[in-house]
Amino acid sequence: MIAVTINGRHHELDVPAEMPLLWAIRDVVGLTGTKFGCGQGLCGCCSVHIDGRLARACVTPVGAVNGKHVTTIEGLSADRSHPVQQAWIAEQVPQCGYCQSGQIMAAAALLRRHPHPSDDDINQAMSNICRCGSYQRIRAAIRRAAALLAQGGEEAS
Amino acid sequence: MSGVLTRAHFLRLTSSTAAGLVLAIGLDGCWHAPRTGIGDTEGDGAGAFSPSAWLRIDPDDRVTVVLAKAEMGQGVATGLPTLIAEELDYPLERIAVAFAPSEARFAYPQDHGRLLTGGSTSMRSSWKVLRQAGATARAMLIAAAAARWGVSPASLTTRDGAVIDPAANRRATYGSLAATAAQLPVPANVPLKTPDQFRLIGKTTVRRLDVPAKVDGSAVFGMDVKLPGMKYAAIAMPPAFGGKVRSYDDRAAKAIRGVVAVVQVPQGVAVVADNTWAAFEGKRALQVVWDHGVAAQASSEQFFAESERLARDPSAGVIATTIGDVEHVAGRRVEAIYRGPYLAHATMEPMNATADVRDGRCEVWVGTQSPTVAQLAAAQYAGLPLERCIVHNTYLGGGFGRRTYPDAVGAAVAVSKTVGMPVKVVYTREDDTQHDFYRPMSVNAIAGVLDDRGNLVGLSHTVVSESVFHWFLPSLANRGWDRVSMDGAAETVYHIPNFTAKYVDYEPGVPVGFWRAPDANWNIFVLESFMDELAATAGKDPVAFRLALLGDNPRAANVLRLAALHGGWNGPARPGVARGVAIGPWNGSLSAMVAEVSMTGSLPHVHHVTAVADCGQVVNPDVVRSQMESAIYYGLSAALSGKITIRNGRVEQGNFDTYTVLHMDQAPGIDVITVDSHDSPTGIGELGVPAIAPAVANAVFAATGKRFRSLPFSDPS
Repeated sequence: MIAVTINGRHHELDVPAEMPLLWAIRDVVGLTGTKFGCGQGLCGCCSVHIDGRLARACVTPVGAVNGKHVTTIEGLSADRSHPVQQAWIAEQVPQCGYCQSGQIMAAAALLRRHPHPSDDDINQAMSNICRCGSYQRIRAAIRRAAALLAQGGEEAS
Repeated sequence: MSGVLTRAHFLRLTSSTAAGLVLAIGLDGCWHAPRTGIGDTEGDGAGAFSPSAWLRIDPDDRVTVVLAKAEMGQGVATGLPTLIAEELDYPLERIAVAFAPSEARFAYPQDHGRLLTGGSTSMRSSWKVLRQAGATARAMLIAAAAARWGVSPASLTTRDGAVIDPAANRRATYGSLAATAAQLPVPANVPLKTPDQFRLIGKTTVRRLDVPAKVDGSAVFGMDVKLPGMKYAAIAMPPAFGGKVRSYDDRAAKAIRGVVAVVQVPQGVAVVADNTWAAFEGKRALQVVWDHGVAAQASSEQFFAESERLARDPSAGVIATTIGDVEHVAGRRVEAIYRGPYLAHATMEPMNATADVRDGRCEVWVGTQSPTVAQLAAAQYAGLPLERCIVHNTYLGGGFGRRTYPDAVGAAVAVSKTVGMPVKVVYTREDDTQHDFYRPMSVNAIAGVLDDRGNLVGLSHTVVSESVFHWFLPSLANRGWDRVSMDGAAETVYHIPNFTAKYVDYEPGVPVGFWRAPDANWNIFVLESFMDELAATAGKDPVAFRLALLGDNPRAANVLRLAALHGGWNGPARPGVARGVAIGPWNGSLSAMVAEVSMTGSLPHVHHVTAVADCGQVVNPDVVRSQMESAIYYGLSAALSGKITIRNGRVEQGNFDTYTVLHMDQAPGIDVITVDSHDSPTGIGELGVPAIAPAVANAVFAATGKRFRSLPFSDPS
């Protein structure tokens, strides 16, 4: 049994410890906002927060999160009110949308480390892949989210 | 759980796992369907008003637009409802969107009963039809109110989903009129708004309807579909093209916890499990002995060598276009050979499909560019008549042409039929890269003739490639050349008095398919790079050289002039930065771009792109901008490092470490300028692709004097 708290809710998961967290979240817990893109930690579609730190769930064994708190896109805010989500809406970032849960989780983690990231910081930190090419809008949205946070927007996770 | 799920049943069941698919009150107090992507195309029936297949108004004031086109990021789930909302006088943000299942009645007239999204034609094929649908419904709602109130329809108007009687200061919502309107005859030729009356079309204030669900994880993609009792399957497919299963040993696979069955299907050997990971692990543990087939020794080097031989063979191929006599025109002759690699699509969402084949019925859930094509595959692998098979569409995690192909649907249906349970087949990223329908490799022989003043007086362009229609609809390839293989080659935007275009069909047996802007994505790279070569040979400015050939094409001249103007073509560049220019026509739309590039070692770094788009009437300016950005990054990604190679009959690349794609730190800033136009829309989803690679290559030439006649730039050759 793996004991893990996901978005504030406690789960006892009867799965092999080596199962990647991604599949425990998607197929066992049933939260599908976290996406499968590569299975090798290369694309970032599966980005989540583990005890507040950014992680790629497809290469994180679920056994490694025993006793920890996981936040997925569904738990970032209850109502799309997180400054990063607000900024994503304002800049109309998503196209197909498949990578965006991961992009948003990565951006939220970046802004916790770097409240005022430069474009270089953003380019370096945001290694998630987007095949629709929303990169320019992601940069703008992260700058906008940084401004929202500086104005006192609350961070939910 | 017995029997096949009904649609309503599916909606009820998924609502528990997919964050609420039931209708809900939105933040602004209005009725919303949460934009999760699976709406209800049928409604409750009673009292609904549905004057066309694409629009339904329910008595409770819900307005549902059924999309005959797939939403793969290009914005149709906003753009098409905009057309209806504009003419209906209904608030766009209150419209619920549902994706059409595989039923011919939902197809637009221009699509001949086929539900297919491709060729940047969605706005073109819906532009009149959906405005007409909205205007007709509005006229009928007005007629219903006029009858109720005993007044003339001409005395009534509409606003925000209600008919207004200004004289009597009364109003009736569309929902309250729906049952009455449904009894009225459908009028013909209801007049449409003129552009000066548009409130939504062309306005910058209109936001995408699908964005909220795409920032909170609630948008439902094919990958997210979950049915009661559903199993997950991974398929071991033949590594070499044309290969087959000889035998397999499934003992190790079955020993994996969660694996419930291993079955052979036409696509390969399927491992069926309780979750995706167990299916993947089981597939890895499977021991399959393959018959690698006739292509086992084939390599892309071999294909290139043979293609190059064909390109130089005057007796090979068929003429697509002849104007004048390019063989005998006098002047200075310049020749070049260009080589383009196979490319994978690499959609973010790997291929997948969910099927339930039981009790003589087949039901499929998939994000597809063609429910019609998916239904054909479902019927084939289910062994059932077409009418016993239905395909439901979801949001697509990227399409780019890839999701035209129903290979995952066929696999899911075959596995579900074999095990008698609902099954979701999921490709690993490696499966997705190695079992694609690739952008064809191509060898192009191109030659130009310059007169003694450096004007282009002759051009010949020979394309040697695989025809995508051989893998899709062979009947369309029967003339010996097809418009996709020759897109960007059979015709040019330029006036060239002597011009020949030739196609040589070379079929080495690698599956090829539609890849965003097929095959102009390569042929225009060749043409526009070669135009730059010719300009350099003639000692002319690349913009001026092109403009001299655009005297009878004012639309192309206009985009080129605008790109030069906004891209600072004639101004000084920053030290170390060079500019390149190219024109990119695509299926009736036109673009021109100026790229600013500096070199990092032998690799170009693209700093900025100025792109001009003429796509006729712009329906949503922000979506048009986003699609140009998207296509530019997609084309740039391929130009920088995209390459699929074949060795021993199989694809050498697998995941994103070997098939590398554009990342944030390589993504240039992009400015998009759109041409003001009230001409009918001509499409935007692919327009940005053709010009970006040649614009960058031409900038690289300007920076270094090195001419890239093959891609990607990262290739050492």
